[in-house]
Amino acid sequence: MSVELDVFVGNTTIMDEEVYQFWLDGYTVNDAVKVRMEGGVLEECEASAEVLRSDTMDQYRTFQMCERLLHSPAKLANQLLFQIPPHRQAMLIERYYTFDGVFVREVLGKKLSKGTKKDLDDVSAKTGVTLKSCRRQFDNFKRVFKVVEELKGPLVENIRQHFLLSDKLARDYAAIVFFANNRFETGKKKLHYLTFQDFAFCAGQLIIVHCNHSRVLMRPALIGKEFLQDLKELKILITDKDLLDQHKSLVCTALRGKTKAFNEMEANFKNLSRGLVNIAAKLTNTKDVRDFFIDLVEKFIEPCRSDKWTAGDMRLYLTHYTNSAHILDTFKHQVVWDRYMGVIKSCILKMYHD
Amino acid sequence: MPGKLKAKIVAGRHLPVMDRASDLTDAFVEVKFGNTTFKTDVFPKSLNPQWNSEWFKFEVDDEDLQDEPLQITVLDHDTYSANDAIGKVYIDIDPLLSCEAATVISGWLPIYDTIHGIRGEINVLVKVDLFNDLNRFRQSSCGVKFFCTTSIPRCYRVALVHGFVEELVVNEDPEYQWIDRIRTPRASNEARQRLISLMSGELQRKIGLKVLEMGGNAVVGYLQCFDLEGESGLVVRAIGTACTLDKLSPGTAPNTTTHTNTHTLPNTAPTSNACNSPSKDSKEPVFSEDPPHSLSGPPTPLRTLPSSSPPPFSPSKPCSRQSSSSDTDLSLTPRIGMGSGGSVGKEAGPLKTLLRQHTQSALEQREFPIFTLTCFPPGFLVHVGGVVSTRSVKLLDRIHNPDEPETRDAWWEEIRQEIKSHAKALGCHAVVGYSESTSICEEVCILSASGTAAMLNPRFMREGCLDTGGSDHRLSRQPHPGMVGSERGEGEVSSTWLGFEDASPPSCGFVHIPYDEFNMPFPAQLTYCYHCRRQKVPDVLFTTIDLPAEAEVTGKGCLIQARLCRTKKKAQGEVNATSISNLLPFMEYELHTQLMNKLKLRSMNALFGLRIQISVGENMLLGLASATGVYLSALPAPGGIQIAGKTPSDLSYDQHISTMQKRIDDTIAKNKELYNIHPPKLFTLDPEAFTGLNTECIEEVVGSPIPDRQRSSRLFRSTSESSDELSELDLSHGKKDAFVLEIDDTDAVEDIQSLLTDAPIPAGFYSCNTEVMPGIHNWTSGLQMFTSVRVYRLSNANLTNQGLNKIFTDLCENLLKSLYFKLRSMIPCCLCHLNFTVAVPEEELIQVAVTAVAMSFDKETQQAADKALTRGSGENEEQLQFSMELCGESTISNNQPTAKPSGVPESAMVHSSRAPSVDYGSFADRCSTWLELLRLKAHTIRRGSVKTISSSERCSPLPEGRSRSLRSTRSLPCGAPVTVVKMTPLSFLPGTRIVKYLGIINMFFIRETTSLREEGGVSGFLHSFIAEVFAMVRAHVAALGGNALVSYSMKECVFMENPNKNQAQCLINVSGDAVIFIRESDQEAIPPLLTSRQTSSTGADGTT
Repeated sequence: MSVELDVFVGNTTIMDEEVYQFWLDGYTVNDAVKVRMEGGVLEECEASAEVLRSDTMDQYRTFQMCERLLHSPAKLANQLLFQIPPHRQAMLIERYYTFDGVFVREVLGKKLSKGTKKDLDDVSAKTGVTLKSCRRQFDNFKRVFKVVEELKGPLVENIRQHFLLSDKLARDYAAIVFFANNRFETGKKKLHYLTFQDFAFCAGQLIIVHCNHSRVLMRPALIGKEFLQDLKELKILITDKDLLDQHKSLVCTALRGKTKAFNEMEANFKNLSRGLVNIAAKLTNTKDVRDFFIDLVEKFIEPCRSDKWTAGDMRLYLTHYTNSAHILDTFKHQVVWDRYMGVIKSCILKMYHD
Repeated sequence: MPGKLKAKIVAGRHLPVMDRASDLTDAFVEVKFGNTTFKTDVFPKSLNPQWNSEWFKFEVDDEDLQDEPLQITVLDHDTYSANDAIGKVYIDIDPLLSCEAATVISGWLPIYDTIHGIRGEINVLVKVDLFNDLNRFRQSSCGVKFFCTTSIPRCYRVALVHGFVEELVVNEDPEYQWIDRIRTPRASNEARQRLISLMSGELQRKIGLKVLEMGGNAVVGYLQCFDLEGESGLVVRAIGTACTLDKLSPGTAPNTTTHTNTHTLPNTAPTSNACNSPSKDSKEPVFSEDPPHSLSGPPTPLRTLPSSSPPPFSPSKPCSRQSSSSDTDLSLTPRIGMGSGGSVGKEAGPLKTLLRQHTQSALEQREFPIFTLTCFPPGFLVHVGGVVSTRSVKLLDRIHNPDEPETRDAWWEEIRQEIKSHAKALGCHAVVGYSESTSICEEVCILSASGTAAMLNPRFMREGCLDTGGSDHRLSRQPHPGMVGSERGEGEVSSTWLGFEDASPPSCGFVHIPYDEFNMPFPAQLTYCYHCRRQKVPDVLFTTIDLPAEAEVTGKGCLIQARLCRTKKKAQGEVNATSISNLLPFMEYELHTQLMNKLKLRSMNALFGLRIQISVGENMLLGLASATGVYLSALPAPGGIQIAGKTPSDLSYDQHISTMQKRIDDTIAKNKELYNIHPPKLFTLDPEAFTGLNTECIEEVVGSPIPDRQRSSRLFRSTSESSDELSELDLSHGKKDAFVLEIDDTDAVEDIQSLLTDAPIPAGFYSCNTEVMPGIHNWTSGLQMFTSVRVYRLSNANLTNQGLNKIFTDLCENLLKSLYFKLRSMIPCCLCHLNFTVAVPEEELIQVAVTAVAMSFDKETQQAADKALTRGSGENEEQLQFSMELCGESTISNNQPTAKPSGVPESAMVHSSRAPSVDYGSFADRCSTWLELLRLKAHTIRRGSVKTISSSERCSPLPEGRSRSLRSTRSLPCGAPVTVVKMTPLSFLPGTRIVKYLGIINMFFIRETTSLREEGGVSGFLHSFIAEVFAMVRAHVAALGGNALVSYSMKECVFMENPNKNQAQCLINVSGDAVIFIRESDQEAIPPLLTSRQTSSTGADGTT
């Protein structure tokens, strides 16, 4: 005797959050049943493995049928096929768009193309995330990218409204889209210590808050047309010898006695300053933008780390470094400087950890 | 031209991509009614077209309005080739034809294609202008209301019950016409859908005409079925109960208060019992014809057969008329009634003739005194005899002339006559809870009909009973299920006040035997009623109806199923039909034995909602009997089951038997505990001891956590009557009536094994197949209707009967287990109206479909409510004899303490506010208006007190629940895209009040696929189809303006597959009543009466 057909349809669609997670994680029905059995649902409800299997199959089928709707979450609310209470809808969407940190770290900054998708099995092997789940997450990134690419207005808000995501998740997606668009290099070995959340934070700092079109919007904030020239002007801080010395002495005066790493700071000042200002200049070249993070690490973070600066040292240094530039009487680009350093400072502080 | 139908096509959304090149669609719409077609403009390149068309007007006969559906076809415009159809929407205009139902159909309806399923939605507006046609010879019956609900719809009152209406139309099945060979599957499916839609329209119109002829205005318990007879055609048939219903406007309740005020008699007290009311006593002589003494227990000793079981070979069984002249009418009608068995069709004798004469006259002119209702106004049902059922095996032949469906008509006529005569044999003049069904396999068709023989109160049927005026009002509303205690009073109120000679005490009257004690139609063991002790009752009662509201039940009920599989040889034609008809009586007998055993095992004594389905396949017959077992307090306690061995000499054998006996005894004990069956021991010789016991019991009731309030009220009664009634007590009932199972062969061992292997229900669950579970009152609004379908393939072709039985039993058990598991989040919950349908779609397949509703209830408040009611009723009994005002106060004070403690555990729960409202709601939904007034008062006072007593409570449960419900009602204007539509197979939604019936929903869909694998195999295919059917039903209900579908049923679910060809096809027929409901909690805010009273009552509250 075999069960040829087995369906259960409720007027209100029944969805088990646990099973949903298994489905999202790309478990097969058999695996899911195994895990559920170990989880002890059986004893709780006096059910048999057969019952559990039937239930799991049923749920998987429901999720598969729902998946089409989850691709455009707004549809979920006004479709008629499934009667799902609003809070359950929100849960379904949020979970569907939630991604694994390890996975996203692998594809962050990569082009969301077919080629990348083909390599997902490697990513899957490396991260331990099932291929099915990898594909879903990758497709989610791609889908969000495609939609917001065409939209005007603020990026995060667009994502949130279009995909009905929570604010946090919408911000993360904005970061992913932003990285993909600018193809930031994140895969180098030196960058491995950075988590997705580090990058997401930096992306948040870099994204322009408002703009006319998101094609522009998805460029780093500092590349607005009006800044292109100004950023280049910052170079004066390192090219003009007087200005550089003056800047150094101002910073050193302010720092003296306040930190143990003072000597290293003093010794490295010129190198570090050159590093930061060069990054700014480089940002004007679209091609070099993708090296932003690697530059930041190589030119600034690594030297400091080898000198054993603490996070407090870093904060102190950057604050004074930024503020001292205002006192330089020949330096005219205060506004750009502040804006640039504001972003860079928070990025560095976020990235400065082991 | 008596009608103008207007339709407007507003917009579409989520349309499928029809043009691959542009990924868009150029959609337009054809609107067709009859032979007239209108078209909208093409809305180019959009998946969300906005047509905003003009009003398309069709001027048509009302006859056509009733028959035809409005057909809306959405197409994709194609310049060079033929336009592609995207899908269709059929709209049944019927709800718009009754002024009391819906006025407009407006909303998003799914566009359906039989191959692709739902493909987007369309927003339409449909209206009807109807001109009155008073032509006497008209063919239309506009305005007759149809209800699937098998009780008097809430918000109506019944003025008259006219009786049985039936109709049947036949046609050729398009699928079997020659043209089907050359047309596409889509065209063939659509032809079928359209034809069935037309046929049901026609059927409804014809039934409507019959109703108008009878002078009625509505059909209640409308049951429409399709017989897909294959080659021989398509039959659509319907039965129902014609009634005259009056609408209760929402405002009438307070008004009638004054009206009913005038007759607040002492005996209108809710708990005043029948036996001690003086008015009752005066009527006693009617029954004193009963011999004052009885043979104390029939002398029949131990029986192997249950008393009311049919002897399998009844001598009176009509012989199969195997007329060799025509093979079309090969009929064999084994007369099988759960209690009709040995009848010789004799009139019941001189007893009770008085009563009979009353009703006989009312019923005699009727051809079939048959009612499809299963739930009745209090007092309607006088006595219940037992189940009557008939089956007949027929050979199908082609229907030659669709306009003269005489053969099929004659078949059913024959069956109904049979049913009628069975009922007569039981001393009953009517059949209630009646239903008909068929099972078809190839050219063999089993026609089945079953019902419950009953004696009815003729008052509801006689013309001119309306002059009693407002009193009838009471009959109008369905008593709230479970409100047994006070319901009883209600029934009595109407009977006494009307001056109608009510036959017996209402609460137990229906179990009293209607037949003649000395001339019993079958061997039965009679005892005096355990409730009134005046009348005889059988030891077991089987019925097809719902538990009457006035019935007193001890403990809870449960679903009881008997399952049976019988193999048969493959055969053709007459031989096949003969072998089937030979098998039927054995199956019925065995099912009955199983039911009886399982009933005893649960220590219950009555079955309600019994439904026996026998399905025929090519090489087997399946039998499934489902019912809800309960312990009726008025019937004797069932004895245990005793096992007797055949060869008592063998020691090991003896041991085996004794272990088995022990297991059975243990199970019985466990079940008693599980279902809370602790009938009070009423049989004490000494009156003093009796009263002593009484008080003891009362104390226990008050103190125990789960008091059975019915019991307590009964105890009050027994005190009052104890002194003089005792002599009449039947004391002969000891343990001796144990049910003996003789193990003399392997079959019996099998039976016992299967008896014991029924898996216990998981904790927190209850199940029943009736409307509600006796013993559970505090329903929350948590509700989940579902359908589950399973198909099993029997891998082994040559299975024995036992093997098959085992498989079939496991199948049902596993299905139930799955349901429990799925619904575990709703615990504590009850699966109500569990409806199993079995079929044998192919040689080695068994299909089981279940539809039911899971309803959760509150455990905590249940006890509180029970307590409140026991106390409340106790005090009411005394106080209600004074003025109304006073008793109102007393109820309130009684209930107040319960409102408070119940509020505490509530705050932890989500749907908390329902708790008090439900316990009040149950109070409220009862019939009489003065109680309504009480409720209103009580409500205000209670609410007032909540505010004054503890301010902290204000922020916890109540506002939360209220805002929730407010949101739900407001959802439409707020722009929430989809209205939530609840669906339930029950006739009500707990915690709510149905304010309007919008019309009947009766939809038929076909879905076919040629890419079965791609759609997820058979399960994927059926899963999405059922989901689509639900979606379409919900959309149509919402378009009518409704927010729920009650009395939902899936009548047909025919699934066919051909995996080799990657094909499958499924037909589904669903029906129900679209309604608008409001939450009880919302409703209480409505009457202005309330606010005015609030001030005064809060003052009163302060003093109490």
